[in-house]
Amino acid sequence: MFLTDQFRVKVGLAEMLKGGVIMDVTNAEQALIAEKAGACAVMALVKVPSDIRKEGGVARMSPVSKIREIQQTVSIPVMAKARIGHFMEARVLEALEVDFIDESEVLTPADDEHHIWKHDFKVPFVCGARNLGEALRRIAEGAALIRTKGEAGSGNIVEAVRHMRTIVKEMRAIRAYSVDELTAESKKHQAPLELMLYIHEHGKLPVPNFSAGGVATPADAALVMHLGAETVFVGSGIFKSPDPAAFAKAIVKATTYYKDPLKVLEASEELPDGMPGLDIRQLEETDLMATRGW
Amino acid sequence: MRLGVLAIQGNFEAHAKAFAEAGAEVFEVRTTADLEAADALVLPGGESTTMLKLLHEEGLWDALRQACHSKPVFATCAGAILLAKDVHHPEQASLGLVDIGVERNAYGRQVHSTVAQIITGEGQTLEAVFIRAPIIRRVGEGVRVLARYAGDPVLVEQDHYLVATFHPELTKDRTLHRLFLEKAARVPA
Repeated sequence: MFLTDQFRVKVGLAEMLKGGVIMDVTNAEQALIAEKAGACAVMALVKVPSDIRKEGGVARMSPVSKIREIQQTVSIPVMAKARIGHFMEARVLEALEVDFIDESEVLTPADDEHHIWKHDFKVPFVCGARNLGEALRRIAEGAALIRTKGEAGSGNIVEAVRHMRTIVKEMRAIRAYSVDELTAESKKHQAPLELMLYIHEHGKLPVPNFSAGGVATPADAALVMHLGAETVFVGSGIFKSPDPAAFAKAIVKATTYYKDPLKVLEASEELPDGMPGLDIRQLEETDLMATRGW
Repeated sequence: MRLGVLAIQGNFEAHAKAFAEAGAEVFEVRTTADLEAADALVLPGGESTTMLKLLHEEGLWDALRQACHSKPVFATCAGAILLAKDVHHPEQASLGLVDIGVERNAYGRQVHSTVAQIITGEGQTLEAVFIRAPIIRRVGEGVRVLARYAGDPVLVEQDHYLVATFHPELTKDRTLHRLFLEKAARVPA
């Protein structure tokens, strides 16, 4: 399943996005700002996560006209979000020829038990995960890219850090087990044994692993890159900041040069404070987006 | 020989791994000092607009042109776009060192990306992974076409440059990586 040409081409695009920043945008004007700042892709969604959080109600796929407008405006890959389990939103996005679909917990789930069977699509999918088991279940369904969930729209990096550390730590542990202990681990993580064996052998996911949910500053981006992210998704952190173009540019620079603190300092030099943040501990359980997904 | 892989953005890691497998000493290039330290260069795939932006912002543009001018260079996909003399769809700045004209994303969006078998002029079959790939629309006099796909040149050579519009680093075949290392060894430092 994972050696088919179709799957390799899907993962191939994820490979090309490495070392970059993917920015949430709601319209063509924002997409242009993102591209000019050096984004390696844009993600079309109906509202940035912090607005979805504030306004409540049902968050769906972006209006088609908005996505088309974005596709006509930029030359970088255009991704778009579909609701969890909503395979018809995904089919529409595929027919629109978006370059990647994010089956995303940021939108209101359409199915509270099942995710989309992603192998049937020509377009690649990215899915969120909080731990290794969740990541492997999504990969088993055909996701060509994983992003840790973080807590979208919070401006708080703590959940992104927790999820990245969890996945990396769990992979390290799987590597240390002996092969005859993996069936029990597979059961514990609720993940296919075949993929557990892959982790055991390679110490990493069979698809790239990016970070999302809570990045608000250049230092946040550099932090998650150090913890194992291969690229950074930034949602509200850009267009809810006091100066989107400046924040976008600075986060791109900090992601490329995350190993060099002087460059991250340079990137941060002229920025004001980032978007307003939320203390995750004060959010109600029902307000959390990261717990959506099964 | 120390081989530097431009690591501004893109799949530099896959290239570095592929060249290490082919027996080269590899390091990642992010600064002018790195450019100077390299004996040969790889310009990987990724987003050419992102690379252009950072190369200019970080003051690497002239140093990169200088380095490419004098050292063996292997460029794939976005790297080919950076090296081309002219770039279309949309038009954008480039180093202009290889006499080809390229059209970006010329096969269409990601759903049109594909894996194909191509045959080189020497009769060798290679697996070529095309990801939102450009097409070489014009080939200048000093440029030799080594392989075509659907009639269009996809692997070309000019002086010390080797240019592919596809991704040899995404396959298990190291033929082109070895070919480049042999070529680089012939170019006087």
